Amino acid sequence: MPLATHQTSVPVVVDDAKCIADKGCTVCVDVCPLDVLRISDMTGKAYMAYDECWYCMPCEADCPTGAVTVNIPYLLR
Amino acid sequence: MAMDEIVDGLSEVSCDVLVIGGGTAGPMAALKAKMKNPKANVVLLEKANVKRSGAISMGMDGLNNAVIPGYATPEQYTKEITIANDGIVDQKAVYKYAQSCYSIIEELDGFGIRFLKNENGDYAVKKVHHIGTYVLPMPNGETVKKALYRQLRRARILISNRYMATRLLKSSDGRIAGAISVNTRTAEFLVIKAKAVILCMGAAGRLGLPTSGYMFGTYENAANSGDGYAMAYHAGAALANLECFQINPLIKDYNGPACAYVAGPYGAYTANNEDRRFIECDYWSGQMMLEFYNELLSGKGPVFLQLKHLHDKTIEEIEQTLHKVERPTRGLFQEGRGVDYRKESIEMHISEIGFCSGHSASGVFVDDNARTTVPGLYAAGDMASVPHNYMLGAFTNGSFAGLDAMDFADNHDFGDIDAAEVARERERVLAPTRREDGIPPNQIEYKTRRLVNDYLQPPKVTRKYELGMRRLAEVRDDMQERMIARNAHELLRALEVQSIMDCADMATHASLFREESRWGLYHWRTDFPEKDDENWFCHTLLSKQDGRMTSEKRAVQPYVVPIADDEKDLYDKQRIRASA
Repeated sequence: MPLATHQTSVPVVVDDAKCIADKGCTVCVDVCPLDVLRISDMTGKAYMAYDECWYCMPCEADCPTGAVTVNIPYLLR
Repeated sequence: MAMDEIVDGLSEVSCDVLVIGGGTAGPMAALKAKMKNPKANVVLLEKANVKRSGAISMGMDGLNNAVIPGYATPEQYTKEITIANDGIVDQKAVYKYAQSCYSIIEELDGFGIRFLKNENGDYAVKKVHHIGTYVLPMPNGETVKKALYRQLRRARILISNRYMATRLLKSSDGRIAGAISVNTRTAEFLVIKAKAVILCMGAAGRLGLPTSGYMFGTYENAANSGDGYAMAYHAGAALANLECFQINPLIKDYNGPACAYVAGPYGAYTANNEDRRFIECDYWSGQMMLEFYNELLSGKGPVFLQLKHLHDKTIEEIEQTLHKVERPTRGLFQEGRGVDYRKESIEMHISEIGFCSGHSASGVFVDDNARTTVPGLYAAGDMASVPHNYMLGAFTNGSFAGLDAMDFADNHDFGDIDAAEVARERERVLAPTRREDGIPPNQIEYKTRRLVNDYLQPPKVTRKYELGMRRLAEVRDDMQERMIARNAHELLRALEVQSIMDCADMATHASLFREESRWGLYHWRTDFPEKDDENWFCHTLLSKQDGRMTSEKRAVQPYVVPIADDEKDLYDKQRIRASA
């Protein structure tokens, strides 16, 4: 059965200029209860890989550089 | 190697006490077990990361059930919880909680977790319940997880993050022997042999589908997919009163608490579209939820949380708590909607269904020592059957579990583990990764939860339940035969949907067994609309017997605190009578 790639706008946004994941930081990826954040192979920065967010905020609250912003998922907004 | 790539691997460790779930009850259980026997090995296994896992990942805005000397007595609290649960309560466990919770508050205070105090330095307890005064605000409640984590590190608890337990292992003599778990980022297996196991895996909060349609926009932390309920079931433990669903009042679409417990003591209240109160008491009970539901459908809905009549300073104080702790995105949500509490009421709605003893009474059956019906297996927190636990109940019952489990571990050796069982479980878990082609877990999950909403949500209609069973069985076949997982993260979701499906089946079975209506909206059966104390003043226990789902009655144990006849229906009179 063929699979489609489903497009969604994701609630967690990372400011690449502030993110220090390329220097070894993994805080947001570590704390996320739903495990939806990853470090990009291409940019070396954190990003939301899976749109499975409880908009709970540990990623934003624990980020040492203030690079992460949690928005309310569009369907709830 | 890229994260989420599936790796073939299996390792084995052993410990004295294994605690599964590092949210609220789990850390306390682990700490108490370790304090009891500092030489013993205590492992805390967590699907996410203990630093930020569970219902209180960002903290908690208050204690909803604090029995504090001078404000309330254990007798009064036990009476209140008994009445709020239509009498179906084993009081021994509730009473023991009520006697012990104050010492836990003091202990948490010692961890650096702060509670609201008045000018004299006394706890500033507020009244929300019908009878007693038990609500203690936590304006600095965002510190809870950090404070707990510090204690865990200090006590040298062994923490294993990102391992999802999939099944419990039992010894040939029927007692607990350990658990099988799988890494959520590599799919490598970890078998943990243990003398005692404590399940603290939270609510079944991803059972119904939120009205927003966003699968993870659940009332409960969406990581709480009912894995503990499913694991206990497959291990043969009994589960109590699963038909007593959890349904909560909340902010519409945001799906988090409004929160009347925080705002109520300051003078906020629940109102209809005429700005009138329609319920006597904002404490969450099934009867309160039924009145809420009726109001929504009556033409007098929507229902609102009313704050705008309060003083600016009061509203500011409420906002400080509501927008900072527990669900801090609540403020962001209201801002996005352009809702200013000073000018506009907050639109509320009711949540999707779930299992959670934290707010209702549906959980793995436990006694007053947090023991399940499987020797050596314990449960605490939202997934164990002590009703209306909330956060303080999770801590207190977690503490009972830790102490008794270490006792058990000190008096038993390791149980034997069947290697063939481990191999079978490994194949079951990995089956979706072996398929080239099929249906991804998100579609299986969406369909399952949509069917839960369509057929299982109260009012419960027998004919709908029968149809629901058939539809769910079809999806179960797809889940077992056709589901695919292309990486370790997708495998995590594939495992969670299996817990969700098991919970949907248990919700159906338990609801059809109890042939009466009870607990207001939680178990409103249109084919049996009346409460039937003669035949159904009892618990129901669901368990797996000879591979089949079975339900039976269990007598309510004699009360410790007697309830007078004229007190029994206090929670039935929730609707405000129209004045002449």
